[in-house]
Amino acid sequence: MSTLVSTVIDIRDLTKVYHLGEVDVRALDGVDLNVDTGDFVAIMGPSGSGKSTLMNIIGCLDRPTAGTYVLDGADVSELSRDQRAIIRNAKIGFVFQSFNLLARTSAMENVELPLLYGDTALARKERHAAAREALHRVGLAGREGNYPSQLSGGQQQRVAIARALVTNPAILLADEPTGNLDSKTSLEIMGIFQDLNDEGKTIVLITHEPDIAQHAKRVVTVRDGRIQQDERIEQNRVERKGIEAPVAPVAR
Amino acid sequence: MRNSFIRLGNITVVGLKSIARNKLRSLLTALGVVIGVACVIVSVAIGAGVAASVSEMINSLGSNFIMIMPGAATQSGARIFTGSSTLTEDDAEAIKREASAVSYVSPQLRTAGQVVGNDQNWSTQVYGVGIDWPNIRAWNVQDGSFFTEGDIRSGSKVALLGNTVADNLFPAGDAVGSTIRVKNVPFRVVGVLEKKGGSMMGSDQDDMIVAPYTTVQKRLMGQQRFGMIIASAASAEQVSEAMDQIDALLKQRHRIPPGGDADFMMRSQEEMAQANQQQVQLMRNLLLGIAIVSLFVGGIGIMNIMLVSVTERTREIGIRMAIGARGRHVLLQFLFEAIVLSVFGGLIGVLLGIGVATLFARVAKWSMVVSPTSIILAFGVAASIGIFFGFYPARKASKLDPIDALRYE
Repeated sequence: MSTLVSTVIDIRDLTKVYHLGEVDVRALDGVDLNVDTGDFVAIMGPSGSGKSTLMNIIGCLDRPTAGTYVLDGADVSELSRDQRAIIRNAKIGFVFQSFNLLARTSAMENVELPLLYGDTALARKERHAAAREALHRVGLAGREGNYPSQLSGGQQQRVAIARALVTNPAILLADEPTGNLDSKTSLEIMGIFQDLNDEGKTIVLITHEPDIAQHAKRVVTVRDGRIQQDERIEQNRVERKGIEAPVAPVAR
Repeated sequence: MRNSFIRLGNITVVGLKSIARNKLRSLLTALGVVIGVACVIVSVAIGAGVAASVSEMINSLGSNFIMIMPGAATQSGARIFTGSSTLTEDDAEAIKREASAVSYVSPQLRTAGQVVGNDQNWSTQVYGVGIDWPNIRAWNVQDGSFFTEGDIRSGSKVALLGNTVADNLFPAGDAVGSTIRVKNVPFRVVGVLEKKGGSMMGSDQDDMIVAPYTTVQKRLMGQQRFGMIIASAASAEQVSEAMDQIDALLKQRHRIPPGGDADFMMRSQEEMAQANQQQVQLMRNLLLGIAIVSLFVGGIGIMNIMLVSVTERTREIGIRMAIGARGRHVLLQFLFEAIVLSVFGGLIGVLLGIGVATLFARVAKWSMVVSPTSIILAFGVAASIGIFFGFYPARKASKLDPIDALRYE
């Protein structure tokens, strides 16, 4: 690991305006945000605050109206649809609230999915190896052949995290990853994020739950399209006692 | 280059998996194409088969064949079919003598009769013909020899057996030289004709006997009735010239004024074949019409299901796009799915078509020729339908906004 701290997300004066009929809605109004490599940032805010818009732009799903966004050294603020798809594939690992796994598709195949669209196409064997490795990292070794319907919510979210990891992206972007999970499973998932962060992964977490945000190292609060507060916090480490050890393969 | 090949392979696998996941739906979607392609194969097979048997029939009639049949006579201004032939032996001789484009002429009379020989009984047709008959019909004698000019002049009781008759009366093959009784008249068998096979109408051409027409007239029909005249032109190019000459000659001999109705009819082998072919063509066009409509409906069916599929899988498309699928990846996936559906339908259709054609050939005794061209054509059409009707849904899928698609419930 390099001792030099580099910037992975560099957002300057970001503005996003939606045209809803006659009215212009300023969802984001001059946002500045810097995220260093290896950081764990929670973006908080009530609904309508603009945090979803911010997340869409950070995730390269959308383009800003004005301002610049440099991701991992590349300016991505004015890329075309296809160019953004390439960036998403290479640099961003998405984790969604509703898991968003493909039904009737095995855990293994779900994890392999991003590799199908990669710029460096891998042969089947290499894909299998990468997927197996990613599933192992989230503690799902031995579950490669299971379908989402055969997995619990927590396990499904872990498959989704494995899918996000498989391309070794610059950032993990998690949008309310615990929103559909009970509190015990939520802690389990936050524990995995903390483990990955300890290994050096940069994580951006979007949430509206303050106690979930407490598991990050830094909390950014968005309100009315602006950053209202940006503070480093004392990270709430997940107690591993009493929680199923994620790395242990499930015997079956 | 290697990368894009692998990626294309990956995307095609994605499409195949989606089809495998929805087997029944995929099958039903492809059904329209299945029926369409099967129709194309069967209709082309019928067409080709009938064309083959028509040309077979033409050959079995003998090349450059012309048939002159008696028609209605005009008496006192009224057209009456008198029952007796308007053609005579002299007409036949005149044609042979004067029509330069005609090389062979023979009268042809026909009567049905019971044949007894070798203690066996057989009911068959008896043809009374002239000595040119083997040349006109291109029908050779297998055993023995044909009767002679002298036999005709003297009305000899000699006959040649068709292959079927010979087989049934003389299974041992000793027909030549024996005596048979036709309607109680004894005939000496002078030859057996070679096998000709079934005719276009399905009757057995070998189930007959030929004898001098003079003998048949006097001994078997009991009156001076005359049947038709068959002839053959000197060459294929001279068929119409020969027909013109015969027409002019007979009109002159029958004293029919210019522009008057002829009391005879003439058909060349070509005209007979054409009349047949018209019916075949009609049926073929009907089948082809059904095929085209069915292929079109099949294509719309594919488009319909693909559109439903795109809507149903909006979220999947969103997920794929979020993790890096580009527009063309999604387009290719859905397009490929549509093409596979239609090609798969085409494949089943080809098999079904061949099956139906074979069944027809067996059961209805129709001759069917399944041509590789029609298979390739039907296959190509099926694939094109997949591309044509699959493009719009695939494009729609590829234009989805990933944010909206992910939010879609």
